[in-house]
Amino acid sequence: MAKLISSHITFQELQDIVELLGKVSGFDLSGYSKSSLKRRIQRILDLEQMDVVDLKNAIVNVEGFQTYLINEVTVNVTEMFRDPRYYMALRGDVLPYLETFPRLKLWSAGCSTGEEVYSLAIVLAEADLYKRSFIYGTDVNSNVLETAKKAIYPLKRFKIYSENYNATGTCNSLSDYYTAMYDAAIIRADIRKNVLFSQHNLATDYVFNEFQFISCRNVLIYFDLELQRRVFQLFYESLSEFGFLCLGAKETMVNHEIRSKFKVVNKEFNIYQKIK
Amino acid sequence: MNKAKDIVLIGGSAGSYTLIVQILEALPQRFDAAIAIVIHRNPRFTTKIEETLSIKLRRSVIQPRDKTAIAPNIIYFAGPGYHLLVEPDWTFSVDVSERIHFSRPSIDVLFDTAAEVYQDRCTAFLLSGANQDGADGIRRVREMGGKAIIQSPDDALIATMPTYAIQANAESDVYDDQQIISFFRKLT
Repeated sequence: MAKLISSHITFQELQDIVELLGKVSGFDLSGYSKSSLKRRIQRILDLEQMDVVDLKNAIVNVEGFQTYLINEVTVNVTEMFRDPRYYMALRGDVLPYLETFPRLKLWSAGCSTGEEVYSLAIVLAEADLYKRSFIYGTDVNSNVLETAKKAIYPLKRFKIYSENYNATGTCNSLSDYYTAMYDAAIIRADIRKNVLFSQHNLATDYVFNEFQFISCRNVLIYFDLELQRRVFQLFYESLSEFGFLCLGAKETMVNHEIRSKFKVVNKEFNIYQKIK
Repeated sequence: MNKAKDIVLIGGSAGSYTLIVQILEALPQRFDAAIAIVIHRNPRFTTKIEETLSIKLRRSVIQPRDKTAIAPNIIYFAGPGYHLLVEPDWTFSVDVSERIHFSRPSIDVLFDTAAEVYQDRCTAFLLSGANQDGADGIRRVREMGGKAIIQSPDDALIATMPTYAIQANAESDVYDDQQIISFFRKLT
């Protein structure tokens, strides 16, 4: 226990680690929220029983450690139909508008293990829009994307996923959309059809397509205001006219000038529409 | 923007809500500190703690959003489903990282990050509860020069949390309910 107490890193040590990682790799964590990032790094030190010197050494000298670090630092908590009422809001406020576009491209930015992408696919399919839709899921973490591509999840999670799904006000059953085998379940092939997962780093990468809908929920909370500004600009440039941007429940655009180029479609669920 | 120079933290779980209401009712109209509270709550049930208390107390009771500046004279409650953290620029941030002691929001997370930023201008209270959250946070507050106070297990409806924190933190200050309420009555 004594080691844990003395091994708490300081903000200065955190900054040194971030600078070192930036120098020797392509990963730039300088725009991450400091206290949150510090706890993430502390967690890795505790897990690996390392101190700061060990960590710096591993960043420079241990093959694969940089990727491991990024994968561990990023938070990958997700569920199918997380915040069920958000999906109700999509059905009520967003889909009627999306219907008017001939082709739909959607982007789930920070998609983690893909549950949100497949939830969107199901909602689109039920509105008869999926056949003209394509969903891109991106994340900075390469590990989670492998899970997302496979679309195989532990069966025990589907208890909560089903509860969520039922709470979205549907008459269907989530079990219509997956096939269970032993202790795992795979998302049905026609739901997996129009999706693509690839690595994209919101902190350093650029616009790669034009979208009618971007969902980025519980990602910006990990970024400081400056990096948030970059990402909002990136989303703005990636959205077509009257495209939608959906943020997480605690996230907000109010701190940013770009807010004036969007209209609030749903205040509670932070759904915005590009109007300028 | 005017930011609070002092922060008072309250961590509570099962059995703490009644005392928290008494604490808040005892507050003077005007004080310069910010108050940040974590109560363990289940995100699957919407509770209206903030709304109810805002009306009852006739003052600002807020669930901070991401990057909300920490302002004086405001009472903040950590929202369900998210950890609440204090950033070095005196703003709140939130995250959805792993639960700590089965809890998100976790008392340890708020206490740890606030202790580091506010140092000797941080005062933390740990109240009634049925788990072990908060004990590490109390230690961090003390390590960083802040003041940490634990509710007397004799007064706590569920003594597990204060008892554990006292065991983990020898020489910590233990207050009975009247002493706790009195602290807040005199808050500046």
